[in-house]
Amino acid sequence: MESASRILRKVLREESFYFFSSIGNYVGKSAASLEEFLEKIKEINSRSLEFHLYRGDFEKWVDEVLGDAGLAERIKELRNRKLVGNHLQDQLYLTILKRCNELKKGLPQSV
Amino acid sequence: MKIKRQAISLDDLDWKILQALQENAKQTYSETGRLLNVAHSTVYERIKKMEEHGIIKKYTTVVNLEKAGMKHITAVMSIITDPKESENVAEKLSEFNNVLEVYTSLSEELLIIAKVVAEDQGELHSFIAHSVAPLQGVLRIRTSIITKKHKEEGFPVGSNFNFSNDVDTDK
Repeated sequence: MESASRILRKVLREESFYFFSSIGNYVGKSAASLEEFLEKIKEINSRSLEFHLYRGDFEKWVDEVLGDAGLAERIKELRNRKLVGNHLQDQLYLTILKRCNELKKGLPQSV
Repeated sequence: MKIKRQAISLDDLDWKILQALQENAKQTYSETGRLLNVAHSTVYERIKKMEEHGIIKKYTTVVNLEKAGMKHITAVMSIITDPKESENVAEKLSEFNNVLEVYTSLSEELLIIAKVVAEDQGELHSFIAHSVAPLQGVLRIRTSIITKKHKEEGFPVGSNFNFSNDVDTDK
């Protein structure tokens, strides 16, 4: 439960994920939490997603900043499947959505 | 276009001394004096005066990194910022040792242009992703990696300098 809230927490500006289209080219969108990351996946150009996926940036951020090694492993599987374009966008979205829902179930219900 | 002078006015000798120093800042006062047909004490006084007034900002060494065996890449970042945060972003960028030059410029959007060096593309990207993009007020960044340097000079203070596009040709 503590782990779920930790993974879903909002991180510092310096720890946020910044989306780039290529080396050094920041597109102006960032995510400070896993849920924000989920929202941004739909807004970001799939080429940016490809850029980050094949550099291992997503799994690194999810593992090292959010502390979710399991999700990092699922993202790595997407990379191994060599997904690109809209298919990648959809699969990444579904993977993160599923994980968000799992984590939220582990949180105490507000009264 | 006229060159805006500093608070003190410089005469022809001052400009000649500056030109000589730009060509070789290591030359002694005596060598400069001999070159310009004036006493070394005169050169010394003129240089001290220009140093005190900040006209001569510093003496530096231009290192040829390739010959020094230092693997590196140079890139130019164009950073679009929130106008309210622009000065702050420029100041923060100036604090990084690997950022060599920082400028704010006028364009359709407020732009900061900065020259940055890194060991390789991976280090460059990491620096921009972790140190530049998170700065408050940074909206977008476009980075161009320099592949070849065609010219790099300081402002030419020579007396023949003008702002026209005249090219010296052998006639």
